[in-house]
Amino acid sequence: MNVVIDTKQVKDGSVLYVRGEIDAYTAPLVSKQLLPLVTATDSKTVSIDLRHVSYMDSTGVGMLIGALKASKQSGCQLVLENVTPRIQRLFRITGLSKIIPVKPLGGEED
Amino acid sequence: MGVNETGDRVELTIPARAEYIGVARLLVSGVANRAGFSYDEIEDIKLAVAEACTNAVNHAYEGDDGGTVCIRCTLHKDRLEIKIIDSGTSFDPSRVERKLGPIDENTDIDSLTEGGLGLFLIQSVMDDVQIDADNGCIVTMTKFMRRDEVAKHVDELSKAKTE
Repeated sequence: MNVVIDTKQVKDGSVLYVRGEIDAYTAPLVSKQLLPLVTATDSKTVSIDLRHVSYMDSTGVGMLIGALKASKQSGCQLVLENVTPRIQRLFRITGLSKIIPVKPLGGEED
Repeated sequence: MGVNETGDRVELTIPARAEYIGVARLLVSGVANRAGFSYDEIEDIKLAVAEACTNAVNHAYEGDDGGTVCIRCTLHKDRLEIKIIDSGTSFDPSRVERKLGPIDENTDIDSLTEGGLGLFLIQSVMDDVQIDADNGCIVTMTKFMRRDEVAKHVDELSKAKTE
C-alpha cells in the first residue's frame, strides 16, 4: 500500500489526512475519498493534511485541480495544510499555490 | 568514485502500468544517490522520471496491457543521463504534452485540465530534456553534477572513513 487516507469530520466540513506517496497509481485512490467530501452539501471547508505525504507529482496536482473544480461548484472551500517544503516547491512550479490556499508545515507540535 | 569512460549504465524495464512507477523512482533514487547528488536534486530527478513514466504509461499503449517502459541511467563523470524509452504506438502529438507553462492566477479554473503539467515539470527540474518520438518515444533528461557539491560529498565520505 503506497497511500493511507483517513478522514475526520469537523465543525464546518472535514479533514482528509493523507500518508504516503501521491502518484499516477495512488492519486485516483485519494480522489475517490476526496470528491464526496468536497461535494457534500453540508461541507463548507475541506482541508487536506499533507504533512505525511513524502512524494507528489503532477498527477497529484491534477487530482487537486479536479477537486478544486468540484468544490467551486458545490461552494466548498478547499485548503491544503501542513505542506512540506518539497511539495510547496511542486505547488510553486506548477502554479497550483496561486489558485488553492496552501498553509506550509509550521513549527507546531506533531 | 570512478566511472567507465562511456559511463556506467544501470537499466530497468517495468510493465507500462501505474503501479510500477514507484519502482522506477526507487531505481533512480539509488543511482542519483550513488552519483553524489544532494537530497533536493535526487527528489527532482525522481519527479522528472516519474513524470516521463506517467506519460508513457498513460499514452503509449492504449488498450494494450503488454507494454513496457525502460529506464536507462548512464552515469558520466560530470552528469547523470536518464532515458525513458517506450515502444508504444507511433507518434501522436497529443502524447507530448504541449501545455508548457504553470497555472496562472488569472486562469479560469473551469478551463484547467487535470493533465498537461508533466513535461513542463521535467523541463523545470532537469538541466536538459530531449524528446525523440520517431519510433515509440524516448525522453532523454540530463542533470549535471555541480562540482562543489560533488567535492563536498567526496570530502564527507573520506572524512567519515578516517574518523
